[in-house]
Amino acid sequence: MARFISGAALREGRIAIDLPEMVENGNAVPVTMQVDSPMSDRDHVTALALFSSRNPSPEVAEFRLGPRNGRARVATRMRLATSQQVVALARMSDGSVWTHRVDVLVTLAACVES
Amino acid sequence: MSTPAADTPRAVRAIVTVPAARAGEVIEIRALIAHPMETGHRADGAGGVVPRDILRRFTCRLDGEVVFAAELHPAIAANPLIVFHLRAQAPGTLSLRWEGDRGFAHTETAPLRVA
Repeated sequence: MARFISGAALREGRIAIDLPEMVENGNAVPVTMQVDSPMSDRDHVTALALFSSRNPSPEVAEFRLGPRNGRARVATRMRLATSQQVVALARMSDGSVWTHRVDVLVTLAACVES
Repeated sequence: MSTPAADTPRAVRAIVTVPAARAGEVIEIRALIAHPMETGHRADGAGGVVPRDILRRFTCRLDGEVVFAAELHPAIAANPLIVFHLRAQAPGTLSLRWEGDRGFAHTETAPLRVA
């Protein structure tokens, strides 16, 4: 996470995370991140990263974007080992880094044990 | 739809969805590939762990130029789905490539149709 932030002042906002509040099965949880950005040549998201607070390792994925994408919206499916916070970070073309986090309750964890 | 151009010996199944676009329209591209995304954290039942076998990198190029890329970790679910957007300006060819552990590499190509 520190590598992604790389010294920038972290600001809250501009990111929406769409993730179920309660998950029965942590093996494949749909997650969508959307950043409020015009995605123009002058003002766009350059990178968008997803982290988890209590998985075996925090990194989930990092996406590289640019003005060609037109919309700063990325979706995937992630594993959740237990109830925890999911954190999104977005780096903008002006160098600013934005963050947003959501809590998720997991009733059946991703099978990391067997 | 997409055409496989497999460069990994084992058969790989991938599905890429690219809707037809009007010029300037932002379209949603969906890329799904069959892969276990073995985390490297699971016990193998004999006192060890099942070795990690994941996809590490996904790259989408339009006529050779990178337009979207992703770095993936074991927390991405099996059979990774990646959904992203692209502003369709002119017709072209999309090339989507997945690379991972054990020398895994797979490329699909799909036409970008712009009316």
